[in-house]
Amino acid sequence: MSKRTVEYEVTRTGLREVEQGSMPPVVSPVLPEGVDPDLKGRRMLLNMGPQHPATHGVLRLVLQLDGETVVRCTPHIGYLHSSFEKLGEYRCWNQVVPLTDRMDYLAPLIYNIAYVAAVEKLMGIQITERCKVVRVMLMELDRIFSHLLWIGTTALDIGAMTVFLYTFQRREEIHNLHEALTGARITTSSTRVGGMMADLPPGFTDELRRFVDEAMPRTLDETETLLSNNNLWIGRNKDIGVISAEAAIDAGLTGPLLRATGIDYDVRKDRPYYDYETYDWDVVVGEHGDNYERYLVRMEEMRQSLRIVRQALDRLPDGPINVDDPRVILPSKTAAMTDMESMIHHFKIVMEGVKAPPGESWFGVESSKGELGMYVVSDGGSKPVRWRVRGPSFVNMSALPQMVEGHLYADVVATNASLDIVLGEIDR
Amino acid sequence: MTDKLEKGLEGLESGPERTAGIEPTRGAPAAESHPSVTALLEKFGDAVLHHELQAGDEHVAFIEPGRNVELLRWLKEDGQQRYNLLIDLTAVDYGGGRPLQVVYQLWSIPNKRALRVKAELPLDSLRIDTVVPIWSTANWLEREVYDLFGIEFSGHPDLRRIMMPDNYAEGHPLRKDFPLRGRFSRAEQTRRALSFDLSDYYTQAELAVIGEWEASQAQEHAPGSVEFPEDVKQSRDPRDAGSSAEEPE
Repeated sequence: MSKRTVEYEVTRTGLREVEQGSMPPVVSPVLPEGVDPDLKGRRMLLNMGPQHPATHGVLRLVLQLDGETVVRCTPHIGYLHSSFEKLGEYRCWNQVVPLTDRMDYLAPLIYNIAYVAAVEKLMGIQITERCKVVRVMLMELDRIFSHLLWIGTTALDIGAMTVFLYTFQRREEIHNLHEALTGARITTSSTRVGGMMADLPPGFTDELRRFVDEAMPRTLDETETLLSNNNLWIGRNKDIGVISAEAAIDAGLTGPLLRATGIDYDVRKDRPYYDYETYDWDVVVGEHGDNYERYLVRMEEMRQSLRIVRQALDRLPDGPINVDDPRVILPSKTAAMTDMESMIHHFKIVMEGVKAPPGESWFGVESSKGELGMYVVSDGGSKPVRWRVRGPSFVNMSALPQMVEGHLYADVVATNASLDIVLGEIDR
Repeated sequence: MTDKLEKGLEGLESGPERTAGIEPTRGAPAAESHPSVTALLEKFGDAVLHHELQAGDEHVAFIEPGRNVELLRWLKEDGQQRYNLLIDLTAVDYGGGRPLQVVYQLWSIPNKRALRVKAELPLDSLRIDTVVPIWSTANWLEREVYDLFGIEFSGHPDLRRIMMPDNYAEGHPLRKDFPLRGRFSRAEQTRRALSFDLSDYYTQAELAVIGEWEASQAQEHAPGSVEFPEDVKQSRDPRDAGSSAEEPE
């Protein structure tokens, strides 16, 4: 038997760290008696996806393996490409809204709001105070909505089934809130340029307050009891998928992934919109940038979101939800039927659509997955010349290879889950 | 198909309506100054072509496309600027034969400052140097712009299509001259989708691994290359034993 020369050391810490000498290799491969040591040196190609339950959608990863160690990982995306950006160029400004929630169907309201915020910025519209507070409330609600799915499915990927049942119970309540507000559970499409499709329905705030005060904290506590000190959970996540702060910035990571490395970049604090600076909450940062810290960051972010929702509920002012601007908001049905001027406005908005002045605007919000940028370009017409979505998942996904190469195959599943991607937005 | 529907479909394909007489690619020069643009003008002078303000507070600097790497590297590495986060890299096509714009959206985490840098590329030379060595984020973003707009990034380590399939031959979908429904008929599109072969699913490097693996398997499992113990030999189906075995009656 020839002696095995190990090219890729099988360790818990990964190839890169071993080379830099920052962390010592923990486990060396010890082959049982009788196993051919010359298995090495032949790479195998493993096709993971596009229909793989642990890829959270139609993602396809082609892995070059040496034994169980990932040598090279190439994500192949585009299986869900629907060309939303091109479709947007053929629709009026308001008609683009339904396309936005189909991108990130895990936090649809954040996408709805970010898009109209960009258009409103381009048009110079100041939305009403009530609308601002409602939008903050809904965005934080959807951050919880998305993080709950993330924690449930990630635990499921790793083998803990129970968490999924707990978190999806709470998600169901958010689904009901969505339905009460917009009529749809996922494809909300609830924003309009200058305001919302409708004001909050009766009983919405009571139901939301009950959710943030009673149901949600209990579920967070239960989830933490199940996971935080769980040996299996720690074993599968700690020191896996590590990325340093410098590498994370270089790779353009944002959101919980960047904050887990210790960088406190949060759009809500650094470029506040909708008066986020007046709410009392903290940016959650980690230290090591591994999967486990991402879990801790997201759990704490949900608690911070609850704080913001509570404050928003307390300060929710009365008054109109839509701006008083006949250029963008439809007049009431009665006015359109009885008043000549309102009828003309109604006709022009319906037939021609809202018009935006020539120019462009960029609006960045902190979505549940990272910085979501909406970039709209107008030439003065009623349709965008260019509508660009800077999706956080797309950029975060591109950093996956450097997190998993050198690790074991099983860690690909855990690390990919920890990225919190949504393929609808990656492929757009 | 009714005439009405046909007309509607034609309208879909003619693209967004335009307001006549407005030249949208450049705004009025900015009245306010931006510290980074001022510094850029001092350091690089004529490489900064235009500075404008959009949507109230967004500063846009137009630069010479040939010197994009030099300027952007300086913006990232200079001690006063430190634009260390490339938030977005995209392109804009205004149509009508106007130049395509490559848009770099920068953010400086230490200085909490944003800047948008644009480079205009005329349609007959859609080529610009890559910024992947400066920010590795640009890798996928440039691939996306290449795929959807057809702008080539010289020096990019892996310039392949990313959204559309590798063998996609209809052009670059986000260009204004690209019809919404694609260039080929639906039948042709279906035919092409069904005729994918292995090389459309894998990169060259991955195909090489497949080739190596198959060659080694073929060698290992070649007829007669495996020595089976006597009892296994007897119990095995003779058809598996190789070409020398006789077909059973």
